[in-house]
Amino acid sequence: MLAAILAGDQQMFHELIRPYERTVYMVALGMLKDESEAEDASQEAFLKAYCALGKFRAESKFSTWLISIAINEARSRLRRKKTGRTESLDAGWDSADSGDDFISVSPALLTDWREIPSEALERSEVRGLLTTAVTELPPIYREIFVLRDVEELSVNEAAAVLGISVALVKVRLHRARLMLQKKLVPLLKGVTFLESAERTRRRRFLWF
Amino acid sequence: MVLECKHVWDYISGYLDGGLDPELLREVQKHLDHCEVCSAVLDSTRNILVLTADERTFTLPLGFSERLHERLERAFADGLQTET
Ligand SMILES: [Zn+2]
Repeated sequence: MLAAILAGDQQMFHELIRPYERTVYMVALGMLKDESEAEDASQEAFLKAYCALGKFRAESKFSTWLISIAINEARSRLRRKKTGRTESLDAGWDSADSGDDFISVSPALLTDWREIPSEALERSEVRGLLTTAVTELPPIYREIFVLRDVEELSVNEAAAVLGISVALVKVRLHRARLMLQKKLVPLLKGVTFLESAERTRRRRFLWF
Repeated sequence: MVLECKHVWDYISGYLDGGLDPELLREVQKHLDHCEVCSAVLDSTRNILVLTADERTFTLPLGFSERLHERLERAFADGLQTET
């Protein structure tokens, strides 16, 4: 397939990238936060991948190579945005948003809350809470969570595309998951409570 | 070795990924079997991962694929080439 594309068969490139569209977009969105910018960055990443296709070496996975291009594209956009900011805003963004590998994260402790009932998971509102919480993670935790838990890359693959050690991937992923747990459990608890109240009301309505 | 709750929390992610050494796993499991707090932390974290993996949670914007392939077509028509 690659040989055909390099020989000039452009239609094959459309087919080649189809399985990776979502991953590239999610990686870009995870880094840039903004949907339309993430879409534009994804398109750019695919165009760059096409141009650079001759440099791809079969010993690495195509998906890993493609994701690295997407990460580079998103990073250069972030850098451009950063230089556009004023000094003071920039400093605030760095300390508050970049995250710290040495902070400790403790989970939310709610013993009366055990499982999210499956009907609660069916609600789009709950999925919205999760996507918002992921967007609000500090960047280093957001990117690892997207790669591992949203796009299901292996630990080794995630380490390779981010250029960090496997140990650091595990540490950051753990923190990212606990941060989400801490944020979401109290919110989801509210949702499930609302739901059971609604059900009780409906039941009453049927009875009377 | 008796694990305290806050130490068990450090292993939640490793536990979910099946990455704990057998001996540590036994200790963590023993704690989880008796501690309601930690098993609630485990269950809720697992649920979040289940929800994350649900294909309806993180979705491509409507028309993403069409717009991408149109842009590629335009670039090809404008003479985009692979570098040699
Ligand atoms: Zn405990």
